[in-house]
Amino acid sequence: MTVTDLSVMALWTAATLYAIAMVAYSVRLARVAEAKLNAKNIAPAPLAVAVGAAGAIDVEADVADAPPAPSPTRAPGARARGIGRSTMLVGFVLHLVGVVTRGIDAGHAPWSSMYEFTITGTMVAVAVFLIVQRKRDITYIAPAVAGFAAFAVVTGLRVWYRGAVGLQPALDSYWLVIHVPIAIMASGIFGVSGAASVLQVMRIDRDSELKKRRRFLGWMNLPHRLVKSKAARALEAVPQPQVLESLTFRLNALGFVLWTFTVMSGAMWAEHAWGRFWGWDPKEVWSFVIWILYAAYLHARTTQGWAGRRAAWLAIWGFIAIVLNFTVVNLYVQGLHSYSGLK
Amino acid sequence: MSAPESEAPEQQTPEQQAPEQQTPEQPVIDTPKRFSVDNYAYKSAPRLGVRGWLRWGWRQVTSMRLALVLLLLLGLAAIPGSLLPQWPTNGAKTQSFIDNNPGIGPVLDKVGLLNVFGSAWFTSIYVLLFLSLIGCIIPRAVAHGKAALVPVSSAPSSLARYDGRLEASSPLSQSDAVAALRSWGRGNLVWGWLTGYRVRVDERTARDGTAQVAVALEQGSLREWGNLLFHTALVGVLCALAFGSAYTYRGQAVIVEGQTFTNAAVDYDSFEAGRLFDPAWLKPFTLRLDKFDPVFDVTGRPVSFTAHVTYAKPGEHAENATIKVNHPLGIDGGNIYLQGNGYAPALTVKDSAGNVAFSGPTPFLPQDGMYTSTGVVKVPDVTSGPQIGLVATLYPTAAQATDGTVSSVNPQAVNPVILLTAYKGDLGLDTGIPQNVYQLDETKLTQVLGDDGKPLVIDITPGQTVTLPDGLGTVTWDSLPRFVALDLRADPSLPWVLGTALATLLGIAVSLFAPRRRLWFVLTHGEGGDGTDGDVPGSITLVEAAALAPPHDEAAARALASALAVSTGSPVPRPGARQEEL
Repeated sequence: MTVTDLSVMALWTAATLYAIAMVAYSVRLARVAEAKLNAKNIAPAPLAVAVGAAGAIDVEADVADAPPAPSPTRAPGARARGIGRSTMLVGFVLHLVGVVTRGIDAGHAPWSSMYEFTITGTMVAVAVFLIVQRKRDITYIAPAVAGFAAFAVVTGLRVWYRGAVGLQPALDSYWLVIHVPIAIMASGIFGVSGAASVLQVMRIDRDSELKKRRRFLGWMNLPHRLVKSKAARALEAVPQPQVLESLTFRLNALGFVLWTFTVMSGAMWAEHAWGRFWGWDPKEVWSFVIWILYAAYLHARTTQGWAGRRAAWLAIWGFIAIVLNFTVVNLYVQGLHSYSGLK
Repeated sequence: MSAPESEAPEQQTPEQQAPEQQTPEQPVIDTPKRFSVDNYAYKSAPRLGVRGWLRWGWRQVTSMRLALVLLLLLGLAAIPGSLLPQWPTNGAKTQSFIDNNPGIGPVLDKVGLLNVFGSAWFTSIYVLLFLSLIGCIIPRAVAHGKAALVPVSSAPSSLARYDGRLEASSPLSQSDAVAALRSWGRGNLVWGWLTGYRVRVDERTARDGTAQVAVALEQGSLREWGNLLFHTALVGVLCALAFGSAYTYRGQAVIVEGQTFTNAAVDYDSFEAGRLFDPAWLKPFTLRLDKFDPVFDVTGRPVSFTAHVTYAKPGEHAENATIKVNHPLGIDGGNIYLQGNGYAPALTVKDSAGNVAFSGPTPFLPQDGMYTSTGVVKVPDVTSGPQIGLVATLYPTAAQATDGTVSSVNPQAVNPVILLTAYKGDLGLDTGIPQNVYQLDETKLTQVLGDDGKPLVIDITPGQTVTLPDGLGTVTWDSLPRFVALDLRADPSLPWVLGTALATLLGIAVSLFAPRRRLWFVLTHGEGGDGTDGDVPGSITLVEAAALAPPHDEAAARALASALAVSTGSPVPRPGARQEEL
């Protein structure tokens, strides 16, 4: 088996394990929500868990075997949570193996093409989740993180995969190991906090009354209605918006500082490579937009009328801009940052 | 306008001025006016006046809400700059965009969407934003300076209502416990003045009459300093950029191997400078390209580009240097960057009389990764016959496909071939209109045709001489040197931009991670146990502790616990001032 095969196989296995973890964590979320509703003396509807990932049949069967009502001695969803944690952790280890072997295969830091950036960035997002998880219980965003990781790794492997090649002269600089890893770390942190922000908005909407204006919208107000529906009961297991806000603020604050450094180090590299530190290249424009969005987020959360839901939306838009910067700008917009390796 | 005035409650004469002797029991009731020019429904409502309106305007400009909207507008306004071609980044592409979209192109150009970052609306957004920023910094700095002089507010009379309240009994005497808290709060000698807590100690009597000592520790000044530094440094970045744009200069030059270039505005192929830059300031150093050394891997992917140059400053010895991608050559306050490279075939053209009409290398522009390059040779100085123009394509490693088309399969010159077509007539160089050296003005030229009536394509290899038909003359391919495109840039503002940007980074990190919290301790005398079960015998001090901090500051609880431990005499290191962590 070559190093290339080892890397690809490790990554496929990691993606599969993430998919399993996503299902397990979703089951756990539903269990916790059910228990919370039971505690509120609300008659629970039959448990329905959406299973949306391949390779999760075993877990599904396992879950079906589990007793429908959690025993009073065990925390609700404890078994699903155990499955989720173990698969996530093993998945991360294999992910790490896949990324490191890719680096060995290519002979340089594994973040010089779109495929490499995807697998490394996703790995960092999972690492951020695992690190935060050690300090405080954020299992409620685990389905989102695991699902995103599985999706991103599979997309990388299926769509953006290219064999390992040497570095192009433009990337052959020590800045590659300063600028890009910080960008990846910032993206990973923003990814986790973005997931939490989505939950925050959903939680706020679930708890709030439908406003007259929203009622008037009727079916066009589908997202809001969905959030309030029975299918979204799992949101009951998500903490209060204030708790989520304190989590997202800490993550976004760290992410913002790292992103500021990303933009600055990118400018310094551009000064070295292209002779100007800022030239409004599409990638630079979008990095600027992302910076602006998170700066707006930081201001919004202390501004009356903007704190809470609107600020959370700004953080979500920030992460959407990061994803756009990575996909659309790399693939469809011509600029100097043409390093996707896809042609 | 007038000051607020009270109004009489009489129905008949609402406009009449009310007498001063109004009883306080009787509330003043305005009668709404049906219509008013100044749109004040109640006459007694206070008028703003000119100064009031100015103050209102300034409040709006400096309000967080407007800053937020401007910030979002700035982000939104930047987006078209990434989606539409922009004049400053790619003029040729922008021109062709306008040409290809005759309907919408000129309109977009007119409203500045093809030069977003130089447009009036983009500029006005960020100027307003920075105005708002300055209007925010100044009062905040003043307020913060004043706050540093205001003493720490005392601990609340009761800590019972605070979450996470802690209690401990300390074997230390009250004064020792206070001293321990004080020294813990002040932090170490070096950084304590910046990162430590401000301390206040009150000896007071509680509501139930017991004597107590209340210690208040306050931290948060650093966070605000960071905030002010961040915003001030942003203004600094803008100033540095403005300074840079006035004094920067940039020149581009194409140099063929063996040729020498002199640093003077006329020697550049293109030269731009800031408004306040004088081209006479350029130091006339010379730079010769000795050799250009590109390395490609087996698939033709570039691995490295190295230009070996010799440069000499006036009155100094020549020095050897290399210029690589990512490794510019620093010279005369500026940097020389390697921006492009290609082949510059050296051709000699003899006219119909057999005299050399043209000889020398001509840079050909690479069209693809395999360096298929196109170039134009203009031969105006013929002694007899019409002027000659050659349009040529170079294939560094030519390979012919089965259908007869030629392409290059390797960027290195393994099997170089040039295919050229010739034109004769008037090159149009005498009209005085500047021409593109990479294009032939065909208006007064006729293409040389072959026997079959189609344009004649001549292929030529290095060292070979071909004869042009119609007795035009001959073309000899002498050699195949390479050229480099160099970019010389100098920007005296760079250290300022870097310095202010680093200050921005420091400021934002401090303003986000430095904690803002208050810790309170209430110390009272207590009686210890009998010495069994670990109880402290004799007189003890009861310490009650609580913290006030924003919910995201989870380290506050740890700081409170360790401060409490210190007050009981435990030698706990002080973690209070360290950065928040996840």
